[in-house]
Amino acid sequence: MTPEEIIKKGTLVFEKTKLMTDANLSYCPGCGHGVAHRITMEVLEEMGIGDQTIGIAPVGCSVLAYDFMNIDMQQAAHGRAPAVATGIKRLFPEKYVFTYQGDGDLAAIGTNETIHACNRGENIVIIFINNGIYGMTGGQMAPTTLAGMKSSTSPYGRDLGMTGHPIKITELVANLPGVCFATRQAVHKPGLVRKAKKAIKKAFENQRDKKGLSIVEIVSNCNSGWKMTPVKSNEWLEENMLPVFPLGDIKG
Amino acid sequence: MEEFKLMKGNEAIAEAAIREGVDGYFGYPITPQSEVIEYLMLEEPYKTTGMVVLQAESEIGAINMVYGAAGAGKKAMTSSSSPGISLKQEGISYMAGSELPCVIVNVVRGGPGLGTIQPSQADYFQTVKGGGHGDYRLIVLAPASVQEMADFVEDGFDLAFKYRTPMMILSDGLIGQMMEKVKLKPQKTRLTEAEIRAKYGDWATIGHKPSERNIITSLELKSERQEKHNHKLQAKYREIEKNEIRYEKINCENADYLLVAYGSSARICQKTIQLGKEKGINIGLIRPITLWPFPSKVINDAADKVKGILSVELSAGQMVEDVRLAVNGKVKVEHYGRFGGMIHSPDEVLEALEQKIIGG
Ligand SMILES: Cc1ncc(C[n+]2csc(CCOP(=O)(O)OP(=O)(O)O)c2C)c(N)n1
Ligand code: SF4
Repeated sequence: MTPEEIIKKGTLVFEKTKLMTDANLSYCPGCGHGVAHRITMEVLEEMGIGDQTIGIAPVGCSVLAYDFMNIDMQQAAHGRAPAVATGIKRLFPEKYVFTYQGDGDLAAIGTNETIHACNRGENIVIIFINNGIYGMTGGQMAPTTLAGMKSSTSPYGRDLGMTGHPIKITELVANLPGVCFATRQAVHKPGLVRKAKKAIKKAFENQRDKKGLSIVEIVSNCNSGWKMTPVKSNEWLEENMLPVFPLGDIKG
Repeated sequence: MEEFKLMKGNEAIAEAAIREGVDGYFGYPITPQSEVIEYLMLEEPYKTTGMVVLQAESEIGAINMVYGAAGAGKKAMTSSSSPGISLKQEGISYMAGSELPCVIVNVVRGGPGLGTIQPSQADYFQTVKGGGHGDYRLIVLAPASVQEMADFVEDGFDLAFKYRTPMMILSDGLIGQMMEKVKLKPQKTRLTEAEIRAKYGDWATIGHKPSERNIITSLELKSERQEKHNHKLQAKYREIEKNEIRYEKINCENADYLLVAYGSSARICQKTIQLGKEKGINIGLIRPITLWPFPSKVINDAADKVKGILSVELSAGQMVEDVRLAVNGKVKVEHYGRFGGMIHSPDEVLEALEQKIIGG
């Protein structure tokens, strides 16, 4: 049988969302960014709001998110996505606006923009990929890098006395009244992918219902930056990241 | 309805913004321009025109809010003063790269560093030679009166949208703080989403079907494509140079000596022309209104008829470099300036002309 004979109405059980382009993902094989992209776009498709949504791409490995997410998008300067989102949302309150950011972007250079967008209760969604490292620039230490974790700028392991502790941004902003939903998810196992997608859906529903800011942190891997195989990196994530960044809803 | 009011320069900017139908103002307080946001908050335009006014967490936040809003095809603006403009430079460079229109007001104060809150023109280099990273230009309008503070808001948005580029109104603490009579334009209506879609829908991010989607970015990882994009930007800048040069000539017909000055310096130099007359010295003044594109040809032509030129600025000598380039060695060009918040008097300018040009 040819693929055309197999893939037809009635036999088709799963289709790639049209809100993902056909471009090849630029992520390393095994990286969590691709899955996080897909479930975000699936949520927009299911809600039927793809043509009313503006996404903000960050600086980091996902800087090219607009090549893959098939919706209107703006690329922001490093860390500034929540401010860019604010500008759009304030002037187009009926549109859906989300940022997609890494930990270097959101929790280091963009801490100010993040905390203040959260504090103002901007009615937007922040999708926050926490892989504990700067992936794009070659595996340097991030504010979320674990104690003792090696990176190219902490080659002997992160020294907490020198660089402080892994910052828990989601817990931090959950304290702000402007944040209606703060949750931490992961995408390295099928069951977790489903949960993460549910959380993203809830976040966009909150935006629809004008409840305020929702932040969905996704603890993810960076097999290249961590210098591990994809499988090993997911095991390492489970054993080392999750005790420090436990999964589950923090607020809402 | 047109209206006359007595206003501070900063207030005139704010009132003109409301009447222009600006969609969003995002700012952060800094002397000597805080009246812009104070006035807007007091007037509550969000209740009348729907204009959004937001005090951002920082100048970085403010310019990036402008970026987002401008990317969505809205009329967005911000204002600040020197140290705040330094913080905005990242966003300005991104907006130039992403070809986004906006109006940025700089009410300049003395620097470097925290400097002083008194007026200065020492941000000339930062404004017309770059400021942020990369090869880009800002259209720069330099008001010399409260009236022009108001008028340049409309002109600024016209230019910014015509060329899809950020532009700056380069003012200073003197014009920002002084009060003058100003004629205000009638209220314009803000564009609806349908109008934005019709006018800017081919580039603005307002939500599109996948097949028609728009992307705002300044990233191009492939060098050949980045060079191509830069060529496109440069072609646009040449077009602006061809079409948009503005200047004012005062008493230039039979002048023996020429002053070149902009903004508040130009106001002071007008008095110097009078003082010169009383002494039998015939002085002309060229006032660049666009600092970029710079009126080089006008200055070059004028250099054929005068014995010397004095560039008068509230800086240690910045615009004088562009005047020298324009004159190209035809006659002597000198600089006179006070800086760090000090302002020259008309007599001091005349004295400098006598010493540096006439007697020098
Ligand atoms: C102002 C500025 N500083 C630094 C950089 C360099 N830079 C690019 S990506 C990046 C780190 C991104 O890390 P993260 O947000 O964790 O995303 P990841 O690559 O891990 O997905 C840095 C520092 C930049 N582009 N701009
Ligand atoms: S460097 Fe890390 S975060 Fe970036 S694509 Fe590769 S695995 Fe993913």
